[in-house]
Amino acid sequence: MAKVLVFIDNPGQVLKKASLELLTIARSMGEPAVAFNGELHDDVAATLGEYGAEVLYVPSAADLDDYLVGPKASYLAAAVEASGATVVLTENSAEGREIAARLGIKLGAGVITDVVAVDPDGTAHKSVLAGSYMTTAKATTPVSVLTVKANSITPEPAATAAAPQPVTVELPETATAASARVTARNEKAASGRPDLSEARIVVAGGRGVDGNFGPLEELADVLGAAIGASRAATDAGWIGHDAQVGQTGKTVSPQLYISAGISGAIQQKAGMQTAKVIVAVNKDAESPIFEIADFGVVGDLFKVLPQATEELKKRRG
Amino acid sequence: MKIIVLVKHVPDAQFDRHLTGGANTTDRSESILSELDEYALEAALQLIEARGGAAAGNKVIALSMGPAGAVNAVKKSLQIGATEGVHLSDDALAGSDAAATSLALAAAVRHLGADAPVDLILTGMASTDGETSLVPAQLAERLDLAQVTFASWLELDGGKLTARRDGDSHADTIEAELPAVVSVTDQINEPRYPNFKGIMAAKKKTITTLTLADIGVDPAQVGFSGSWTAVEAAEARPPRTAGTIITDEGDAGIKLVEFLAAQKLL
Ligand SMILES: Cc1cc2nc3c(=O)[nH]c(=O)nc-3n(C[C@H](O)[C@H](O)[C@H](O)COP(=O)(O)OP(=O)(O)OC[C@H]3O[C@@H](n4cnc5c(N)ncnc54)[C@H](O)[C@@H]3O)c2cc1C
Ligand SMILES: Nc1ncnc2c1ncn2[C@@H]1O[C@H](COP(=O)(O)O)[C@@H](O)[C@H]1O
Repeated sequence: MAKVLVFIDNPGQVLKKASLELLTIARSMGEPAVAFNGELHDDVAATLGEYGAEVLYVPSAADLDDYLVGPKASYLAAAVEASGATVVLTENSAEGREIAARLGIKLGAGVITDVVAVDPDGTAHKSVLAGSYMTTAKATTPVSVLTVKANSITPEPAATAAAPQPVTVELPETATAASARVTARNEKAASGRPDLSEARIVVAGGRGVDGNFGPLEELADVLGAAIGASRAATDAGWIGHDAQVGQTGKTVSPQLYISAGISGAIQQKAGMQTAKVIVAVNKDAESPIFEIADFGVVGDLFKVLPQATEELKKRRG
Repeated sequence: MKIIVLVKHVPDAQFDRHLTGGANTTDRSESILSELDEYALEAALQLIEARGGAAAGNKVIALSMGPAGAVNAVKKSLQIGATEGVHLSDDALAGSDAAATSLALAAAVRHLGADAPVDLILTGMASTDGETSLVPAQLAERLDLAQVTFASWLELDGGKLTARRDGDSHADTIEAELPAVVSVTDQINEPRYPNFKGIMAAKKKTITTLTLADIGVDPAQVGFSGSWTAVEAAEARPPRTAGTIITDEGDAGIKLVEFLAAQKLL
């Protein structure tokens, strides 16, 4: 059976849903092993076992986070060698993709990004050109590296849990040579809402919110949704850049995307048009967002959203 | 200071974009300089302008790899202000994935550094067609250089580079020694447009065309044969169509909730 190595980077106290998805996919392809980086909490180690990780690699060095990308790719290359893995799975974040990129060159392995489904034989499915095509692609090399988008599969624990013991992987001495150093790190405050890339529902606002995300936040709270934004809203400083959806922000594919006060420029659509259902609220009936909305309201978001929030609260008693 | 800016010729997203041919490669008939590479070019121009510009011997070389039409991305870069242009073009390059592209670009960068060393290689954060963001990291790996990617702010001081990178949970300050590969985001600057003077000046600037033979790359290492991934099938998704559009008559919020309930989204 193929050995499948899943990279899990700094999960903190609990594993993200996206990591559980990677482990579930790994089991469908072969025998899962984990290459771990960061502090390993007991609960996390237990969950890794529950999801079928048979081997758990940890790096010989604790300072991988002091550098950008390079040393993590060196560590993963060493873990691939130690495990004999023929498939490597990482998350599809900016850093996950870049680690995959450098790892691919080190191993002579094909890299496929933005994967939404993987067949047991390693064939990957992804959409390209802003969701206008679905493609299947495959690495033609002995090892393949896939970066998988969140919400690709429902995570399921293994039938029988494993109890992996950490195995240390020695880092090559050259691992940190020619790497950029992270000299300062400012942690951002957590919003308490679901992670934008993983959320089932996103409520997004644009220039039309005119500095006031209040009505969107209230709606998001009753729906358990994440908050997104157009670049006009993030450029104006009304909300952080990490909320930006679109070509230069996040690409999201939630079950429901509620767009309010956003015109629907190409760069915005590039990040959200693979959402299952799109609802748009915009004052201007000519707005291009209505061309792709499943349900559109021509109206003032400051009237429509609070009314929807009230109605939801009423229905829930 | 000698900076290479990587500029890609990509299909214009204002029009419908297509995959063509048996191998499902991107149709490049309606193509332009990738919007996101203009930020890299602007960053390069600001760096040399702060050091006396072209008059002080500073160079900004726009390098594009692609079919005949890709020379337009180079020309546009010259109009915006690059001091020279290089077009890497060879039939054998068609169908290159990120691994093959980075191999060819790395060889081109080495070739361009043969007379005088390159200080910095600047790229966009992603190409607007491939959108993989793999090329900058793979180029850095092939050239054995530090990568500083997704920079939203950049400063050079002698041989040292400092950048800011915004992540989801944290914002980092990054330092690296030159030479390095740096990709920049659309937060870093406001790219300039070519003006009349720039367009006239561009006519006098040189564009060098390089083939694989010029940069010492075996054709089998690139294109379809040298790629490490293959697209096996592609299916156009039906374009999204408009659904129900209503005008608010005082009860649209309630109707919105009814729609969500009917779609079983609550
Ligand atoms: C290189 C590049 C990258 C980019 N990347 C992105 C990206 O990643 N994401 C992104 O979003 N954009 C991106 N953009 C910007 C994009 O081109 C648009 O400018 C931007 O999406 C517009 O944001 P908006 O829809 O909020 O603002 P506008 O286009 O100004 O639209 C505001 C809308 O709000 C409506 N409105 C106003 N008041 C109300 C009200 N009270 N109730 C209801 N509706 C109201 C108006 O009718 C209008 O349709 C990028 C641009 C470039 C050049
Ligand atoms: N064919 C190419 N020619 C020149 N530069 C390229 C090419 N492909 C990618 N790049 C550069 O690499 C960046 C990231 O591209 P990508 O990895 O394809 O998303 C782009 O913004 C360009 O700066």
